[in-house]
Amino acid sequence: MAIEVVMPQMGADMTEGTLVRWLKNPGDSVARGDVIAEIETDKATVELEAFDAGVLRQVVASEGDVVPVGEVIALLGDADEEMPEVERRAPSEKPNPRAVAAPTADGTGGDLDARRVRVSPVARRIADDAGIDLAEVTGSGPDGRILRRDVEEAIAVRDHHAPAGVPTVEPELPPPPPPPARVEPLSRMRSAIARNMTDAKQQQPHYYLTVDVDMTEAMAFRRHVNLVLHGPQRVSVNDLLVRACAVALASHPKFNASLTDEGIQYHEQMDINIGVALDEGLIAPALLDVAAKPLPQIAEESKALVERARAGKLRAEEYSSGTFTITNLGAYGIDVLVGIINAGQAAILGAGSVTERPAVVEGEIAVRQLMTLALSADHRVTDGAEGARFLKEIQTVLENPTRLSV
Amino acid sequence: MSVGQAIPTMVGEPPDDELQQRFLYEMLLIRRFEEKCAEMYTRGKIRGFLHLYTGEEACAVGAINALRDDDKIVTHYRDHGHALARGVEPNRIMAELFARVGGTNEGRGGSMHIFDVSRNFLGGYAIVAGHMPIATGLGLAANLSDEDWAALCIFGDGGVGEGEFHEALNLAAIWKLPVVWFCENNGYGMGVPFDDSLANDVYKIAASYQMPSVRIDGMDVLEVYSATQLALAHVREGNGPYFIEALTYRYRGHSMADPELYRTKAEVEEYRQRDAIQRLKRSMIADGLIDEPTYQALVAQVDAEVDEAVAFADASPEPGLHTLYDHITKEYEGESG
Amino acid sequence: MTEMRMRDAIREAMREEMLRDERVFLMGEDIGAYGGSYACTRGLLDEFGPERVRDTPISESGIVGAGVGAALAGFIPMVEIMTINFSLVALDQIVNNASKLHYMSGGQVNVPLVLRMASGGGSQLGATHSHSLEGMFAHFPGLTVVCPAFPGDAKGLLKRSFREPNPVVFIEHTALYGARGEVPDDPDHLVEFGQAATVRSGKDVTLVGYSGSVHQCYRAADMLAEEHGLTADVIDLRTIRPLDMSSVIRSVRRTNRAVVVEDDWKFGGFAGEIAAQIMERAFDWLDAPVARVAGKDVPMPYNRNLEYAALPSEEDVVEAVLSML
Repeated sequence: MAIEVVMPQMGADMTEGTLVRWLKNPGDSVARGDVIAEIETDKATVELEAFDAGVLRQVVASEGDVVPVGEVIALLGDADEEMPEVERRAPSEKPNPRAVAAPTADGTGGDLDARRVRVSPVARRIADDAGIDLAEVTGSGPDGRILRRDVEEAIAVRDHHAPAGVPTVEPELPPPPPPPARVEPLSRMRSAIARNMTDAKQQQPHYYLTVDVDMTEAMAFRRHVNLVLHGPQRVSVNDLLVRACAVALASHPKFNASLTDEGIQYHEQMDINIGVALDEGLIAPALLDVAAKPLPQIAEESKALVERARAGKLRAEEYSSGTFTITNLGAYGIDVLVGIINAGQAAILGAGSVTERPAVVEGEIAVRQLMTLALSADHRVTDGAEGARFLKEIQTVLENPTRLSV
Repeated sequence: MSVGQAIPTMVGEPPDDELQQRFLYEMLLIRRFEEKCAEMYTRGKIRGFLHLYTGEEACAVGAINALRDDDKIVTHYRDHGHALARGVEPNRIMAELFARVGGTNEGRGGSMHIFDVSRNFLGGYAIVAGHMPIATGLGLAANLSDEDWAALCIFGDGGVGEGEFHEALNLAAIWKLPVVWFCENNGYGMGVPFDDSLANDVYKIAASYQMPSVRIDGMDVLEVYSATQLALAHVREGNGPYFIEALTYRYRGHSMADPELYRTKAEVEEYRQRDAIQRLKRSMIADGLIDEPTYQALVAQVDAEVDEAVAFADASPEPGLHTLYDHITKEYEGESG
Repeated sequence: MTEMRMRDAIREAMREEMLRDERVFLMGEDIGAYGGSYACTRGLLDEFGPERVRDTPISESGIVGAGVGAALAGFIPMVEIMTINFSLVALDQIVNNASKLHYMSGGQVNVPLVLRMASGGGSQLGATHSHSLEGMFAHFPGLTVVCPAFPGDAKGLLKRSFREPNPVVFIEHTALYGARGEVPDDPDHLVEFGQAATVRSGKDVTLVGYSGSVHQCYRAADMLAEEHGLTADVIDLRTIRPLDMSSVIRSVRRTNRAVVVEDDWKFGGFAGEIAAQIMERAFDWLDAPVARVAGKDVPMPYNRNLEYAALPSEEDVVEAVLSML
């Protein structure tokens, strides 16, 4: 049987060798251990010994050939056996691992650096999430880097002045060349909010009224009732607002109404929408039929409603119905929130936070817990004086909290 | 302390017939195994560095056969012969060289790092003299545990120039540890003759650490066996360490990449004339223990075993890539082990 | 709980472990009659005798290697290397043998060896005796590297090291041997590896340290609070391999800023590893580049003023924090 003699591996780093000289000729017999050729590696010339006995039948590599390790260079066999055909492979072009394209520019950036907006990674992420254009944010960090605080400030400014997300003030300076804009398609929720707000703003002429409510008594009342209430029945400031609105709406039904082609439609049931901020956007599910519900029940149902909203498990009637809306950014430390009417309804009540502020009480300046309420109402349904009476009624109920009881 | 030839190295009766048969078989197994390794290396089956033991077989076979099963061995990186003499299966050694799962170290060690704990074969070590302090520690453990097992540390003449040689011998001497230091002096540290490397003879350097130190013929398996027996008896009795310098010769280059520019073919041929296997064979024929046909049958048996080792190694799978991180550390189970 | 010094906590840990497990023994240069260069083994020779508290010649490679050998044969040796500087002459044993034998043998052997060594500069000992090489040891897979900052942790971590079936490099900062702290009396109190401790909480920046630098972080946090109205998380890594990056990442995601502090040279140091991992795992939470406060790139000078300038200080940490704002 023919035995292949291969270019030997003679060291861990050897990949090919040069056949320097054959020491046996075809036809010579070879004993195990005989040196049959000299091989040159890139380190030295070494002897190739036969590991088997036989007759050197065919020499495949010629003297001077460079042969990869493991390739056949000769065949050993019996004197008269049939030999297979073996051909030297043409040496193939070897890739040069060092032939890496040189950089074409100096790579330091140059002009590019000058135009680059310096921004920290966390600031960039928050800006992306909030849709803030970094080109319009001034950095306050080292070398003018935009930091997290700069973006958060920009978000606060935008949200305060432009609830719809459209800048209301023209920038005084021409903006720097904008970086390539990133476009993110609107989510379904975002699309719904955009459509609803545009409809309301374009088709329902708004008028706005604000009033400061002294919440000192209401907060004491809340503390008092919470002493005897447990778990989900514990009352929040927003629950007080819902209850106060329910009381006021009972005597001001025009604010629990909608304008239709036939005229003003008074709703029999009082379904109050509550704004809930989710990561994906604003949603305002409805607390159903609140007119006759006591505070603990409102508290309990309201918590469950918010939880279902956050978990994406609202029932159909909860997000499709509603006759009046309360929106409250008190938890965010906002003083005044002027809302846009939930399209189709007659009014929306915006609430800021309850904060300690100076107030005049019986001719004296006192520290009181105040909350600013803002009523936005559809001028086609009501006039300012009606709105004022309705808002005053809410204020009176909150300042005389015994009226919050059913 | 006595030094060198003054100490008798042949004690008691020479090895019996059965033991001599075993020496011949093991030396032949090592010889043919190593030659097969050379072939497998040229074919690319074995990778990395490969240091072969041909010519030095009498050292491994003589010294290791003198040990008890509970004695512990550490050795250098030219370690296949030692593992074979200790009874590690040729299949598992070849599979390790082929870097396969069936190898002694599951393909993680390679030629220079053969381990078989089940035979108290605690490793081949590839940093010259790096295992010598470990042998000291093994001796320390034997003393602390009040048991009479000993440690055999095999190293080359190249290790004598390293600091760890001197630290290890000194500690073993001052603490009287049961360690047999066995220097395989094959004449070259890679390609540098030891005469150019050391200021004194190896056994004299060792003797200065106040331990018995002898120079023996490392190409005579019977002398190696007897000298090691004597050394083991000495260390087991609590007399402290013992040093053996065995003069030997490797027929092949330092590693497979060695062009052997530093010695002549005539020198290699001269040592081949003193070949340990042929020497034992001649004396056994003279004593009527074997004849040529039985010798040839033994060669054929060994060749079959070596071929079987290659077949086993070839059939063993490579370790899966998912095992890359296996064995970095032993898992902590709340108690040290 | 008992208040004690770091060196006493370390001694107590060794003592308890020797009483618990007779496989444990100690060896090192001058750990016996002398009581140890830093007095960590004082009294142990009298209690346990010269077999288990073994004085050795000055022969670091030899004694570490002997520790490896004894560990292979079933003992649990603790080798004290007088200072981390001398570990450099024993690196062959630590790196080529101790850290690799379990892996290389295919899991057949393991090396339950504890190597204790004192580290750090600041005592005008000059360039060869002032190294902080914790990060170098953490570089090697197979080693556990422990760097306690407080006596209580030192005891719990050292006791845990004696239970570990793999080699542990236990590094003690020379400046902390006299530091006092509460130490649990419970002989079963262990501190697990790979669990960082948040030793101080804040919101403006995360300060990360180990061993001596934890104290610099702590003092820097005081200065930030008192002089600049800023609060800092201070994280004590306790072990740098395994490394508890999760605690660091959680903190950085909250504070958005990080300063890593170590005594070792900044160039190629371990702080770079932590900074890189923060970049890999918290890039989008960073409000500033991660800062490293570390030793200057010079061999440690002998002169007191020069040495002070070469070592990181709490002022450097404060400055690094302020430059991020």
